[in-house]
Parts: sequence; C-alpha cells; structure tokens
Amino acid sequence: MSSASASSALEASGIRVELDDGTPVVDGIDLRVNPGEILGLVGESGSGKTTTALSLFGHSGRGIVMTAGEIVVDGEVLEGDRRFQQARGRLVSYTPQNPGAALNPSRRVMQSVQDMIAAHRREADAEQLSVQLFERVGLPVERSFTERYPHQLSGGQQQRVCIAASLAPEPALIVLDEPTTGLDVVTQDRILKELLRLRDEQNAAMLYITHDLAVVSQIASRIAVMYAGRIVEQGPTESVLREPRHPYTRGLVASTPDHRRPRTLEPMPGVSVGVGEWPQGCPFAPRCPQRVDRCETAFPPTEQVTADHDVRCYEWRQTPPATAHSVVPGNVKSQEEHPQEPVVLEVRALHAEYRSRHETMVAIEDISLTVERGACVALVGESGSGKTTTGRVIAGLHPNATGEILLQGKPLPLHARRRSAEQRRCLQIIFQNPYQALNPRHTVAEEVARPAHVLRGMSRRGAREEVRRLLEAVRLPAATARRYPRELSGGERQRVAIARALAAEPEVIICDEITSALDVSVQAVILELLRELRHDLGLSLVFITHDLGVVATIAERTLVLENGVICERGSTGSILESPQHPYTRRLLAAAPSISLAAESWTLQGSG
Amino acid sequence: MRRIAAGLGTLLALSVLVFAATNVLPGNAAELTLGRNATPPALHKLEHRLGFDHSIAHRYGSWLGGLLHGDLGNSAVAVAQNAPEPSIAHAISTPLKNSAVLALITTLLLIPLTLLLGAFAGIHARKKVDHMISTPALVFAALPEFVTATLLIVVFFGWLGALPPVSLVAPGTSPLSNVEVLVLPVLTLLLASLAAGIRQVRSGVIEVLQEDYVHVAQLNGLRGRTLLWGYVLRNALAPSVQIVAQTIQYLVGGIIVVESVFSYPGIGTYLVQAVTERDVTAVQSTVILLAAVYILINLLADLLVVFLVPKLRTELS
Amino acid sequence: MSTAVATPSPPHSRRPRIPAFIAADRGGQVGLVFLVLIVFVALFGPFIAPHSPNVPIGIPGQGSIGGSPLGLDQLGRDVLSRALSGGRTALALGALATVATYLVGVMLGLLAGYARNTALDGITMRTVDIFISLPAILVMLVLVTALGGSSWVLVLGAAVVLFPGVTRIVRTAAAETATRGYVEAAVARGEKRGAILRREILPNIMAPIIADLGVRFSWSIILIASVNFLGLGLSPPASDWGLMISENRSVIPTNPWAVVAPALALVLLILGVNLLGDAYVRHLGRSSSR
Repeated sequence: MSSASASSALEASGIRVELDDGTPVVDGIDLRVNPGEILGLVGESGSGKTTTALSLFGHSGRGIVMTAGEIVVDGEVLEGDRRFQQARGRLVSYTPQNPGAALNPSRRVMQSVQDMIAAHRREADAEQLSVQLFERVGLPVERSFTERYPHQLSGGQQQRVCIAASLAPEPALIVLDEPTTGLDVVTQDRILKELLRLRDEQNAAMLYITHDLAVVSQIASRIAVMYAGRIVEQGPTESVLREPRHPYTRGLVASTPDHRRPRTLEPMPGVSVGVGEWPQGCPFAPRCPQRVDRCETAFPPTEQVTADHDVRCYEWRQTPPATAHSVVPGNVKSQEEHPQEPVVLEVRALHAEYRSRHETMVAIEDISLTVERGACVALVGESGSGKTTTGRVIAGLHPNATGEILLQGKPLPLHARRRSAEQRRCLQIIFQNPYQALNPRHTVAEEVARPAHVLRGMSRRGAREEVRRLLEAVRLPAATARRYPRELSGGERQRVAIARALAAEPEVIICDEITSALDVSVQAVILELLRELRHDLGLSLVFITHDLGVVATIAERTLVLENGVICERGSTGSILESPQHPYTRRLLAAAPSISLAAESWTLQGSG
Repeated sequence: MRRIAAGLGTLLALSVLVFAATNVLPGNAAELTLGRNATPPALHKLEHRLGFDHSIAHRYGSWLGGLLHGDLGNSAVAVAQNAPEPSIAHAISTPLKNSAVLALITTLLLIPLTLLLGAFAGIHARKKVDHMISTPALVFAALPEFVTATLLIVVFFGWLGALPPVSLVAPGTSPLSNVEVLVLPVLTLLLASLAAGIRQVRSGVIEVLQEDYVHVAQLNGLRGRTLLWGYVLRNALAPSVQIVAQTIQYLVGGIIVVESVFSYPGIGTYLVQAVTERDVTAVQSTVILLAAVYILINLLADLLVVFLVPKLRTELS
Repeated sequence: MSTAVATPSPPHSRRPRIPAFIAADRGGQVGLVFLVLIVFVALFGPFIAPHSPNVPIGIPGQGSIGGSPLGLDQLGRDVLSRALSGGRTALALGALATVATYLVGVMLGLLAGYARNTALDGITMRTVDIFISLPAILVMLVLVTALGGSSWVLVLGAAVVLFPGVTRIVRTAAAETATRGYVEAAVARGEKRGAILRREILPNIMAPIIADLGVRFSWSIILIASVNFLGLGLSPPASDWGLMISENRSVIPTNPWAVVAPALALVLLILGVNLLGDAYVRHLGRSSSR
C-alpha cells in the first residue's frame, strides 16, 4: 500500500463523510490519481462530488465531518487538522467553480497569485515566478494587465488566474471543481486545452469534478462516476463511456445529447436519491431496469470488469451497450415533412434594445423567423447573443422593440397587455430557472388552473379536471396537484411549468433555456416529454438554448445568433454537418462531445 | 460630481419641505410665537418685522438667499422680545461649538471602537468573546438615548455620587475646561451608537468570511495575516466605512436628545428650546444646518467608499 | 436538489400555537416573554394598580413605603401605579405608527418595484431618498413645531420617519420577485397589475417585510418616547413612560425607582420586540441556507 502510494499523486480509500447527526453524505470513496493524469469525478447534483473533493482538504464544513478514510497525497498521509492545514495549497490546491466570486475583489490579479507564492514558496522570487505562471496559463504579462482587478477580466481570464494561483505552490494534486461551468463553450474549450497542456508539460495530477460527461470525455484519462454519495463505476474514460457497466453510467451516457451524433435520448425513470434517503441496498435499485432481489438488501461490493475498470453492481454483466439504442432521428425527413404544414408564427425584422439609466444597448437586430405547425425551431447562441431577448419579445415581455410578429397570419401587438386573450392563449413561454418558475405560495393545482381559467374562461370545476389531465400529460402523479413547489425537484417543477403552459392550449411554446439548470438525466426526461407532446398535440416550439447537443436532439431547424444578429440559419442537420458561417464553425468546434472524444480513442487505438 | 449635485439637490428639496412644514401648515409663525391671545396690532407688528407680510414664495426666496450667504435669519422669539441681537447665527455660535466638541470627542472614540470590536466579534463569531461583545451591544442598541442617559445618571450620580447629573457650562468657558461634565454625555452617545455599529460591522465581517474567495484562499492554504487583513478585513472595510458614517450621522440626531437630558448648552438644547417656544425661524434654520451636516457626512463616506472599492474606483476613471 | 423530497410538510396542515421561529430560538423565547409581560401590563396594568396614577398620596420623591413598593414621584404620586398605566400610550402609538408606516411603505414599494427602472420608480425612490436624509428626531421636531405635540402628530412623525426604509426594502424585494418566471408568466397571460401585485408578488415578499417589522416597531416606540421625554409630545399629567422618566429626574437622589421603573419597562418592551425580530431573521437565514 505504502509503496503504491509513493508513486501516485493521490491515494484515497474508504472516505466517509457524515452530517452531524450521522447521516452519511459520501461513503466508501476510493480514489487514485497518478502524476500526469486527469481523473474525472462525474456526478449529478447532490451526488456528493464536491463533498468528496473538500474531504481531500480535511475541510469539514459546518455540520459536516469526515468520519473514516485514509488520504495519502504524494506519499504523505494526511491525518488530523494540522497535517491537512499544512497540506492545503502545498500538496493539494483548489480551483473553484465560479472564478468571478473566487478572486479577492480588492486585490490585483497578479497579487492574488503572489499571495500563494508567499504562502508556500518563500524561497522563490515572487515577481518572476508569478510572471512565469501567467505565461504558463496563457495570460498577458504586461503591467497593464497584471495590475487589473478581477472585475476587469473576462470569465475565462479569471479562471486562468485561479489556475495560475493553484499551480503556484507546485502541488502534487490540483482539484478543479466544475472549473468551466458558467463559461461559454469557446472559452471552456480553451481552458480544457490549457489544462491538457499543463498536464503534459508539468506532469500534473488533476481531479476534475464535473456533471458534464461530454466535457470529461475530452479531458480525463480516467473517470469515476458518483451516485448518491458513492462511486459506482471507475475506469479508463474510453472503456467507461464506451462500455458502461453500471446501469446508472449507462443511463447518463444515453441521456447526454451529442451534436456530432444526434439521437433520441433514453431517459432514466425516477429521481435521484438525496442525502438522508439512502435505501438499505443499492441506491440506484428503485430506478434500475436490471434490478434483482439482493439489490434491495445490500450495496454491491466492488467488482473488477477489467484490471483497471471496476463497478459496484451485481448485475453489471447484464448492462446493455449504451450505443445500441442510439438512433439518428430523421432530421432530414421531418425537414421535408414540415413545409407543407401551415405557418403558425412569423417574425419579421425584429429589433429590440435594452435601456438602462445611462445607455441604450441594441439587443437584437433584424431577426426574422417562421415556425410551422408542429415544428421546433432552435435559437442558438452564447450569453449576450440576444436569443433570450428574441423569445421575450415574441412573448410580449420586452416592449422596447420594433418589427412585426404574425400569429396565424394576423399581426400581434408587441406588448402582452395589448394582445387579445385569444392571442395570449396561443403563445406561451417557459423560463430557464425551475426554482423561480412557480409561485411558492400556490399549489400546483392553483398554478396550473390559472391559465385555463384566465385564458380559456374555464370554470373552477372544469379547471380542476383539466389540471388532472395536464399533470398526466407531463407524466406527474395526480397527487402532485396538492403539492407546493418547494416539495418538488427541479425537474418536477419544470414539468409543472410545462403543464401550466399547456393549460392554455397554446399553438406555440417558447422554451427559454428550460433545461439548462437541470441535470442531464432530468434534461433527457424533459426533452423526451416535449418530443412526445409535439407529436401528440401538434405543438410548435421555439427552443432557445446554448447547447448544440440539445439542438441536435430536438430541433428540425436552427438559427445561430451572434451579437443580436442571425449569422446562420438552416436545417439542424446541415448546420451541424456543414456549418458555413465562421462563428457557427467556432461554436461547433468548441462544443464538447463524447463521440468526438471517441474518435480520438479510435485513432489512438488504430495508430 | 454627480453625488455632490445629488447632495445639494436633496438639501434644496429638504429646505422646501422644512419651510413648507413650518409655514404652510396651520398657524403662522407670529401667532405661534406670541401665543393665541396676542393682540392683532402686536401680531401685525411682529409679522412685519419678520417679513411675514410677504408672500410665502418671497419669504422662502429670501430665507434661502440668506442661507446661501451664511445668513440664518432672525429668531422670531428674539425679535418679539426686542432682544438686542436677534440673529440666529449669533445665538447658535456658542452652542454649535459646544456640540462640535461633544460630537468630535465621541467620534474619535467611536471610529476605532466600532471597527475593532465589530471586526473582533465578527472574526470570532459564535464564540465566547463574540457573545461578550454582542450581547451588551444588542441590549444597548435597543435602548433609547434618554433611557441610557437616565440610567447612567442613576448609577453615577444617584448611587455613586461621582459625576454631575447635568452638564452645565458657564457662559464664555469651553466645556473642555471642565471635562467632568462631558463624561456622561459622551458615554451615552457612545453606548447608543457603538452598539448599532458593532452589530453591523460584525455581520459585515461574517458576510465576507462566507465569500467564495475567502473559502478558496483557505483551501489553498492561505492563513494568518495575509488571509485576515488582505482578504477578510480589506473587503469588510468599505461596508464598515459606510456603517461608521451612518453612526456619525446618527450622532447628529442623537446629540439633540442627549444634550437635552444633561442640559448641555449645545445646538440640541437650543433647538429643543426653540421648538418649545415655537420659534419657527430658529427651528427652520437650525434644522437645515444640521441636515447639511448630515448630508455632508454621507457624501464624504460615499467618496471614501468609492476610493476603497476597486470596482467603483475603476468605473469612475 | 433531489433532497426537496426530504421535508414534505404542507404549510396549512396544522398551525402550532407558538411559531417555530420562536420555539427553536432562545432569543426569541426571551423576547416573547418580555413582550407578553409588557402587553399584559399595558392592557391590565391600570386595573391592578394599587393607587390612582394621578392622585398624590404622600411626600414627593419619597422612597419605598408600605403600599407603595416603588415609592412616590416628584408630585407624590405612586410610581408603581403610574408605571402600570404608562404602557398604553407607548404601545398604542407605536403600533399605530407602525401600521401607518407599512400601509404607505408597502404600497409605494410594490408600485416602484414592479415598475422598476421607470419614471414612477425613479420619482418614488428619489422622494424616499430625500426623506431619509434628515435625522429622525429632526423630522419629529419640525412636525411638532408646526402642528403641536398631540398623539396624532407623534404617530404621523414616526410614520414619516420610518416609511422610507420600508419602501426601500419592499421595492428591492418586489423588483427582484418581478423577474421570476411565475410573475412573467402572469404578465404574459395578461393579468392586471393589481392582481399580479396581490397574487404573485406580495405573498412572496412577506418574509423580508416581517423580518423588518420588529426594527420598525421598536423605532417608532423609541421616537415617540423620546419626543415625550423632551417634553414636546404628550403633556402632563398623562402617564407615559417617556414622560415619567423626564419628570422624575429631580427625585433621582431620593427615589431612583421613579425613573428606573419606567425605564426598565421601556427596555423590556423594545428589547422584546427586537429579540423577536432577530429570531425571525435567524429563522429565515436557517431555512434559506437549507
């Protein structure tokens, strides 16, 4: 054991972290990271990945304490507050999720890096070393840059500063906690490449925490998948993603959209298990298609799939391959189908601006689009591209606009208040944040019944019946009607929001980033639901997203927005396969994808 | 610049409000001053001498014009009593100095104590020292100044017989020549203002301690002076400056009550006297003067905060 | 976020007699005891007072004697009886001022917050700024100068002093809530402004409003008591704690109880209100951090 740990950067075994009352948060965590290796720790929200990461720093937050486990970093056994305190930064360093909030706002960025040098490498020339570190992470080293404050940097630059700071003490292990979440794809791509270069140049060991399989497929050499506080599968990236053995891993892979290989998603049934709800046996058992009796009585031990690939599932041999069900949907076919359908919504030369107290900013310019009955049109772009503004103008929520909107051929006033009830009924909107989508003071029934009552003039009793029908339509149990939003998960809330939109019996629903706050497995459920609803009800969708994988999954036609202008439009298939505009190409090249990573594995394998 | 303009605008708006409140609302100054059973000729005479026979707008204009030249006008009561020197400026020059002495001493003690105790309690939040600071602060923050003052009098004068219950200052002498009289008023102001300030500085420090950048710095092994001063206290400073400014602003109001409790011959006692006598012109001018001080403190604090917060500073240039 | 299932407690299932934020909080418990005590005194004090509050029964400034445990005041009236009947004005005027403050403050704040960044919002908030830039006690003094020192003026003064703070808090909360999905959805389905404010916004900003209630209430009590103390509010022989403290300063050497009793009563009242308010704020902090 000790000889093995001398060669690896991190050797952790049996980590258990509990709440004050003994409720386990994570349990039985074994992790190993070798020098020059990036281990991807993957899990959805609440799976315990950040708790696991913080345990490596001996960090017991308020009400949280590590009760078991051994952590060896670079041959040093970390035990007791003092050893951990001395190891922080020097042996293990931390790069946070939100670089904007993680940098001291009143310190110049170079100074932040020099603080780390002063704390851990007294002998070094702080000035010189910090310049070197800036160069190493690809930041300018002119005084005019190094003397800036964090708020004067872009998100990507801020994250590079954080990485430079965590490199400064030359730690044995760098922990990166969702370092690119919140950055746009192009910046994310650059940071990922930078990390790979650092890994190779410095022979650095990294623990990369993320919820995003596509990201991890591009950066990690090995992957550990967490579910409900345990690592359920661990192994080389290629074999875990190509032949997942744990049904949860398989479910994740099948739920992750891929713009390079569009396919129908396969949502997992049920919801994930939270802290304090662990069942006696395997926590995934209630959702598992291959569950057997003993799954419900005991958590499976670690079993070896291959020498370096292990899994905690009794029935791992039964897990079907993840790619078997991946079928490319008939994008081209449906594209040909829809032109015969009548146009429901037409937008001509839309122009909108934002007015703050000091200035007026153009948000969108000359946006035109048409949506046929039953079609889904995607608006894609990075933050600030004007895609959300476009959706809000169409919904009548952003009156500082000019242009023409035609609903079923008739002109539609720009302000929601000036539209007739019938017009408002036909056009519904669903928003990004499920946690703010529903009035916390209303029951689900009240919330869903309201549009039926206001826009369709339904009586209270009729609306009650309608609520039951709608909840069924979004696959929620009838008892949900009496619940309050805070008793629901994010995915359930978003389904209620969809039910509320459906309550108006709309022709068109504008979906504004409605899955981007959700875990991928929940996103898959929502996307599949929307697909079925379109099929059953002939609904049209305007789907706003930044995620090209989602676009590939749901939309027949796509409009790419850059700085408020449409830079490319066409069928989703043609845009994804042969993008014309340089911006579209840049976006596509930067977007992470499992199949892209798979191609490089094949290359490596054959070469 | 915009802030200075806003401050002046606010002051102007306040002058209108104060003038309107004391002049347009029922009862006129002369009648209020002389009482209801004054004879009509006496009323007319006083109204004329005070300029009350002009239109309201004209009176406001001349009052404001006077203020801008540093002329606070004449006290209605003094005019009515045919006092030799009825100007308000003359009457308040000594009280103003006395109040300044009181406020200045309090402020000098207040600033370091607020910052030190507040930061100390914040850093050691929920530990014993914090409770030792925070619990008394909670109690004193809840007490009106006059209650604190009266209880102090009960203790120091009533039981211990150590300090005078009133802070009389002989005309023509400085309160500094008899420091004893300042102890209780300063102590009262300190207790009342420190408490609120400490609580807020404390929660400001706690807030910074929970920021991501402090957490990340800790995980990366920063500790000791760099962490405490460079990360925690440095970022808690700007909000603390605002809190201290609010506390000093509070003194402008607090001093009025505290001076009255101790009959300390300052601007507060003068103002309360003027209100008691319904001396409208004196009230107007004194109130505007104090409001100006109040707004000035606010302005200085804003400028200091801009200087202390890099984000605000760089946006300016 | 899947932990949401962990606490499925419907809000209307059963209402405990003592709200959870008090039951679980030491400060809140102490505050409740203080407040109940003072409210009891204010309501029933006059009935259990051993003497009439306005009739002299002995030598002015006399210390504790039989039948008069707290001694006599500067006019020879029973201190205990006066203290027992002095709470009504403090409580009633303070409560009235608080109600007035919230009526105005919530209304203005809601309108300004919902109409965020428009002229209506701008004008309302600039007006509020102006009212905030005058020390509270000065506002009271100006009003007393103009209108005299009646109860109504005291209530009006306290409301004028306090409404800007409420407006600001409500405005901030309402503006933030107005960007939520459920409010936007209501706008998009064409609900009327009144309905949106009442149905969608107001119920969801009650927490910050209530959290602030304790501070405003104790402030209005302090302000009104201070003006009474200065002798510019209620006039003798009214028995009001603020006034009593002021009247009896001359008898401190012989009977300190004459000022200590009303002072303690005021302290208990204000501290009780503040402790309850703080407990509620802590409760909010706990439930939001979960």
